[in-house]
Amino acid sequence: MKTAGIVSYGGYVPRYRITPEVIGAVWGNDGAAMGRGLNIRAKSVPGPDEDVITMSVEAARAAMAKVPWVSPKDVGAIYVGSESHPYAVKPSATIVAEAIEAAPVMTAADYEFACKAGTAAMQTCMGLTISEMYKFGMAVGADTSQGAPGDALEYSASAGAAAFLIGTEKPIATINHTLSYTTDTPDFWRREGQRYPSHGGRFTGEPAYFKHVLSCAQLLLKKTGTKPEEYDYAVFHQPNGKFPLRAGKQLGFSEKQIDTGLLVREIGNTYSGAIMVGLCAIFDVAKPGDRIFAVGYGSGAGSDGFDLTVTDEIKELKKGGRTMADMVADAVPLDYATYAKYRGKILMREVA
Amino acid sequence: MRDVAVIGIGETAFGELWDKSFRDLGIEAGLKAIEDSGIMAQDLDAIYVGNMSAGKFIDQEHVSALVADYSGLADAHLPTVRVEGGGACGAIAIGQAAMAIASSKHDIVIVGGAEKMTDVADVRAGEILGATADQEWESVFGATFAGLYAMMARRHMYEHGTTREQMASVAVKNHRNGALNPNAQFQKEITLETVLKSGWVAEPLTVFDCAPLSDGAAAVVMCGMDRARKFTDTPIRLLGSGQASDFLALHDRRDLTTMDATVVAGKRAFHAAGVTPEQVKVAEVHDNFTISEIMAIEDLRFVKKGLGGMATEEGETALNARISVNTSGGLKARGQPVGAVGIAQAVEIVRQLRGEAGKRQVQGAEVGLTHTLGGTGATAVVHLFGRVN
Repeated sequence: MKTAGIVSYGGYVPRYRITPEVIGAVWGNDGAAMGRGLNIRAKSVPGPDEDVITMSVEAARAAMAKVPWVSPKDVGAIYVGSESHPYAVKPSATIVAEAIEAAPVMTAADYEFACKAGTAAMQTCMGLTISEMYKFGMAVGADTSQGAPGDALEYSASAGAAAFLIGTEKPIATINHTLSYTTDTPDFWRREGQRYPSHGGRFTGEPAYFKHVLSCAQLLLKKTGTKPEEYDYAVFHQPNGKFPLRAGKQLGFSEKQIDTGLLVREIGNTYSGAIMVGLCAIFDVAKPGDRIFAVGYGSGAGSDGFDLTVTDEIKELKKGGRTMADMVADAVPLDYATYAKYRGKILMREVA
Repeated sequence: MRDVAVIGIGETAFGELWDKSFRDLGIEAGLKAIEDSGIMAQDLDAIYVGNMSAGKFIDQEHVSALVADYSGLADAHLPTVRVEGGGACGAIAIGQAAMAIASSKHDIVIVGGAEKMTDVADVRAGEILGATADQEWESVFGATFAGLYAMMARRHMYEHGTTREQMASVAVKNHRNGALNPNAQFQKEITLETVLKSGWVAEPLTVFDCAPLSDGAAAVVMCGMDRARKFTDTPIRLLGSGQASDFLALHDRRDLTTMDATVVAGKRAFHAAGVTPEQVKVAEVHDNFTISEIMAIEDLRFVKKGLGGMATEEGETALNARISVNTSGGLKARGQPVGAVGIAQAVEIVRQLRGEAGKRQVQGAEVGLTHTLGGTGATAVVHLFGRVN
């Protein structure tokens, strides 16, 4: 059986930022303390013309630009994982497919599994390419996540996207193993028609995030027969900057291993994009032979784990695009009023 | 009237028990108490249940019949009684059961208390707790439960010079005790600084001045003293009980820094038991907020009015000091599953008087006390227990 891997990658983070201090000031909370508690210094905010589709297109185009040898027509499948698709009915993935010129002889669909729909798309693409049904598949994780005004989520819910081209030919990182851990655990949800998600408060911690991430990670370590210290990098789903560090520590990973992929501190929780943008940041600096351990998490709930090895192909990627570090550094601060306008939180005049 | 004894105790672990339901908790505590007592379930004459608000926390009323049913006793057709009295419901249930035994209406009863608080969001749980205050004259105007206790704390600071450090020392002590209790929700010691520097809930009370939301259950098996020796070598006698009520709303009370209900309930209990506060070496008092413990030890006459904070700060209420207060960790560290509180306090006192409290054993304790509050002090219940020599 062939081994699938990540052939190329592209990430995208909007340039706008809002800090916990600015949010806290509006609601009479100690935003600085909130930020320290969450280990988040700022969160990204999508601009008024940005949504999951535009960000997915940015990420997918960036991924394709790194591998000019790949014909878009060989991308037989595109899946966009998100919990903030602009349309309830009408796929985001078809627009991405058109934008990278993969359409029309291909398949496309949208995925939803809270914050892990993007990694679910990666696994689907692995199966499709290992089975040689398609040469390449594109897995996108993107979100313009929603946090209700004044809710704790407002301090972290941000925007970002990542696209991975999956295939068996010339991967920059082979996916040696993948493993998922899934239960029905309703820790976070948004019903049809609701604007903002509901969550179970502290229930989202131990019985949800930690149970799934730790179980998935432990099973993956067992399956691979590896130990935490054998990995150069580790990335865990990052709803805030604290959970992944705690999960990593419990598993035996060091802060140094987790640091590179821990973008949440600067850009907030990008939901479906979270571990994928973290992986993008790692690929930006990784060397052949580096081993990466990645575990995502989606509420509802489940974790997808990946054991990756970076190959020599990473040196062959076309240079020139913006790195994740570039995008993280390219930050334009917003005040709350502008943020409210950009996020459509201001009630506008109705059209007569 | 015959004497009443506690012959069996049981409790669950306390905490955020996500994978356990109200039923699981109640049954676990009940079975442990029955096993500890040496009776058979068929020996029971009645079931008393302390529960504050299962209707709001888990949408389940009629928990008295539920407990009998899920304990496998449905076809025994026992009388079951659910008691509600805010945070004091478990302690009131013990009092009701004791009266039934003393009057010889029943011989052997089990009294259980349980609350499942973490199935609702934290804000909702706070609202439910706040419903034990006066909804029409307090809550509707925005007073939260913590806010009302904060007003008592403020007034206590103003009138008696109580300091934030003194209040914080209650939390530090109770966490220290909780660290010795394997069933406690918080088994970690904290520093004074942690309490003082944590976020405000309602000034001057920080997060660490407040007891947590908890799941948990506790149960005791009680019977007439004349039959107790048949089941156990260490029956613990209920020496006396006192219960009292007061104005529901804080603003109607005579004094914000004294809970008259506690004073009266305490006097009644001491009178009934024929003991004095000086004879009490171990007490579980209602520390839903740190200021509550300070007021309780004053109102129960363990210390002079106004000196509760200082006494705590100086270690007089620490484990094996002058009087050991909240050896279980109290509501603050053991946890606060409301319906179970009064029963869990009794379980701890019985354990202490039996000499089974392990690392937190109070030496030479002959008399122990439980003090339980409903609402902001509109109900207070005091039970005194003693060793049978």
